[in-house]
Amino acid sequence: MEFWTAFYAISFYVATFILMFGLGYKIFQYAVTPAPLKIPTTPAPLTTGGVVVRLLLEVVIFRSLFRSNKWIWLFAIIFHFALWIVLVRHLRYFMDPVWTLVVLAQPFGKYASFAMLLGLFGLLARRMFVVRINYISVPSDYLMLFLLLVIGISGTLISFVTRTDIVQFKAFMLSVLCFDWSNLQTMPTDTMLLIHLTAVISLMIVFPFSKLLHVPGIFFAPTRNQVDNPREKRHVAPWAVKEFETTPASTTSE
Amino acid sequence: MAKKIKFEVPEFRPYPTVPVLKPGVMKGSGPFIAKPDMQKDLGFPGELVDDWHDVAIDKMGDLLKKYRSLRVFLDSCVRCGACTDKCQYMIGTNDPKNMPVARQDLFRQVYRRHFTLAGKLFPKLVGAKDLTRDVLDDWYNYFHQCSQCRRCSVFCPYGIDTAEISMAAREILDTVGLGQKYCNEIIPKIYKIGNNLGLPKPALANTLEGLEEDMKDETGIDIKMPLDVEGADILLITPSADFFAEPHIDGLIGYAKVFHQAGASWTLSSYASEAANFGMFIGSYDNMRKVSQRIRKAAIDLKVKRIIFGECGHAWRVAYAFLNTLAGPFDFLDTRYPVPQHICEYTYDLIQKGVIQLDKSANDHRKLTFHDSCNVARATRMGDKPGGQFDIPREVIKACCNYYYDMEPDTIKDQTYCCGGGGGLLTDDLLELRVKGALPRMEALKQVVDDHGVTHMAAICAICKTQFAKVLPYYGFGMDTVISIHQLVGDAIVLTTEAKTPG
Repeated sequence: MEFWTAFYAISFYVATFILMFGLGYKIFQYAVTPAPLKIPTTPAPLTTGGVVVRLLLEVVIFRSLFRSNKWIWLFAIIFHFALWIVLVRHLRYFMDPVWTLVVLAQPFGKYASFAMLLGLFGLLARRMFVVRINYISVPSDYLMLFLLLVIGISGTLISFVTRTDIVQFKAFMLSVLCFDWSNLQTMPTDTMLLIHLTAVISLMIVFPFSKLLHVPGIFFAPTRNQVDNPREKRHVAPWAVKEFETTPASTTSE
Repeated sequence: MAKKIKFEVPEFRPYPTVPVLKPGVMKGSGPFIAKPDMQKDLGFPGELVDDWHDVAIDKMGDLLKKYRSLRVFLDSCVRCGACTDKCQYMIGTNDPKNMPVARQDLFRQVYRRHFTLAGKLFPKLVGAKDLTRDVLDDWYNYFHQCSQCRRCSVFCPYGIDTAEISMAAREILDTVGLGQKYCNEIIPKIYKIGNNLGLPKPALANTLEGLEEDMKDETGIDIKMPLDVEGADILLITPSADFFAEPHIDGLIGYAKVFHQAGASWTLSSYASEAANFGMFIGSYDNMRKVSQRIRKAAIDLKVKRIIFGECGHAWRVAYAFLNTLAGPFDFLDTRYPVPQHICEYTYDLIQKGVIQLDKSANDHRKLTFHDSCNVARATRMGDKPGGQFDIPREVIKACCNYYYDMEPDTIKDQTYCCGGGGGLLTDDLLELRVKGALPRMEALKQVVDDHGVTHMAAICAICKTQFAKVLPYYGFGMDTVISIHQLVGDAIVLTTEAKTPG
């Protein structure tokens, strides 16, 4: 049993490292790539505050998706909100003492897993049966839904059916988090738990290399995050200045 | 598509239906390919270079470093399907590669193969593909079935704008020597002669004189169309179609009447006698900048104080959103006015101030609706409030006529459809695409014609006007159904012999 404990502890470190650095690298890459032209999809806000509101509406209530397609919106919002609640509930396994907010989320979190599965099955059904969406789907789209479904189903089963020694698991997780290797607690090895953790670790590793990059991507989309003020404020990319505006004959920038 | 072929005009749908997929119906060889001399005029190779694959991948890498939009949009798509029924070319042709996401994926599959770890290791799993000749041909064909209208970007939960991808694809195609004839024939004319039509100064002067005489005959008043007048206050930059095409020319007459009645000092420039900027269509920052710099030079040479743009959609996008970037700063102009201004902003302001009077009954034989031009609606603004680009043109129309009716809400304002001919597609070798792409707009028009007896559809874009004049008859409407907003203004404006002092 020591093998599984060591294996999952190492996997957890590796996955966290890949997720953080992979995602960090992509965010860095997005941040340093210039947007040379003003391209907000208009009507667009005229102030930075307005842009914050616009992005919040996109991120929290999926405004554009709502305008676009009510079914995709419904399944997407059910899935994402349920996922948030589930994630908040799971924080209890990573902290001691447990925050009040996380304690409060506990009863909702347990049942949110059903909502999460409903959303996922809805999205899967659309992908399989709506001809247009089926046409554009590639294997990794299904793989992503499959991973999330495995996580959701195994987690729900652990919560309500097969059970596991959750106290022991929390002890394991805390010792991993605290780098307390000399005193590494043993991990329970129920099949369902191993499946659950394997899927979670896989998802963490896949995250920075996949379409899950839509999470940072939305914040960097010039169509959504730019202020509509091109006439009032001159906007020039550094490469454009270098390429066109540093020769003596041409105009100066501000 | 390249040859004259017969095609069926789509039938009006009884109600909006989910498009049925007909894979490959619009597969073809794309629009005519640019000839070597046109390519060379723009600094591109004359024909497809031998090592096109490597050149294309290098160029893609270069663009990924220069454009955040491209980088982020290529990573962000989750293939949710929100855009799949939003493109007028998808609706009109049913070719699945005209779904915005599928169009993007033609580009994204190559990006994934060459620039992402997943695509390098597991191409099949993530839908990555090598840039084969077939893929390149698909690019040429399908990226010339996108009018860069941005309708998909409104509905995408991540704001992905296919226009950005299609511009990048066209720039790569140009870089490997596979340019589109229509765009690449026109851009050099701007550099050499001053406008898209290749109308030289004497011909332009002649045309304007003729129009002055026509207006004198019609109104009995001397209304001027000044050309290259140094020291004028206002430089008017307008699409060259306004100088000769119908119904555009009546819009130009409308501008002249407004300027006359406002007592404004204005001029056209023979050097910058074109508002349109086809540099945007081919995604070339370099060319877009060169075309924009002409306007700066004309403004400096003619010592004007303000720049106003005539009715033109993509031109207004480049003017409103990019001109300051590409040819600014404009601190040598009168800082009390935005640079540039749209002619509708100008006219609206004069109406508000009571400087010009309009007799609505002059347009009583017309019942109007308004087609929001795609690039005006989704890439620009007018006035000082978001959405002014919808309200100001409507207010101008309503000030000129008694009968105005909007089309269906999901076909106007920021949900408007492209006319079908934007983004460098306004060429007869793409006529089938243009007719089919006009379907959703024609359906919405049919409804207001049936419900309210609408007789005319106003537009503020040279491409929209030319496109509609051509495709309206295919759907059973008269080609003169489309009309310039400033034709309405010109017909309704109350002219006095003595121009008023500036208001």
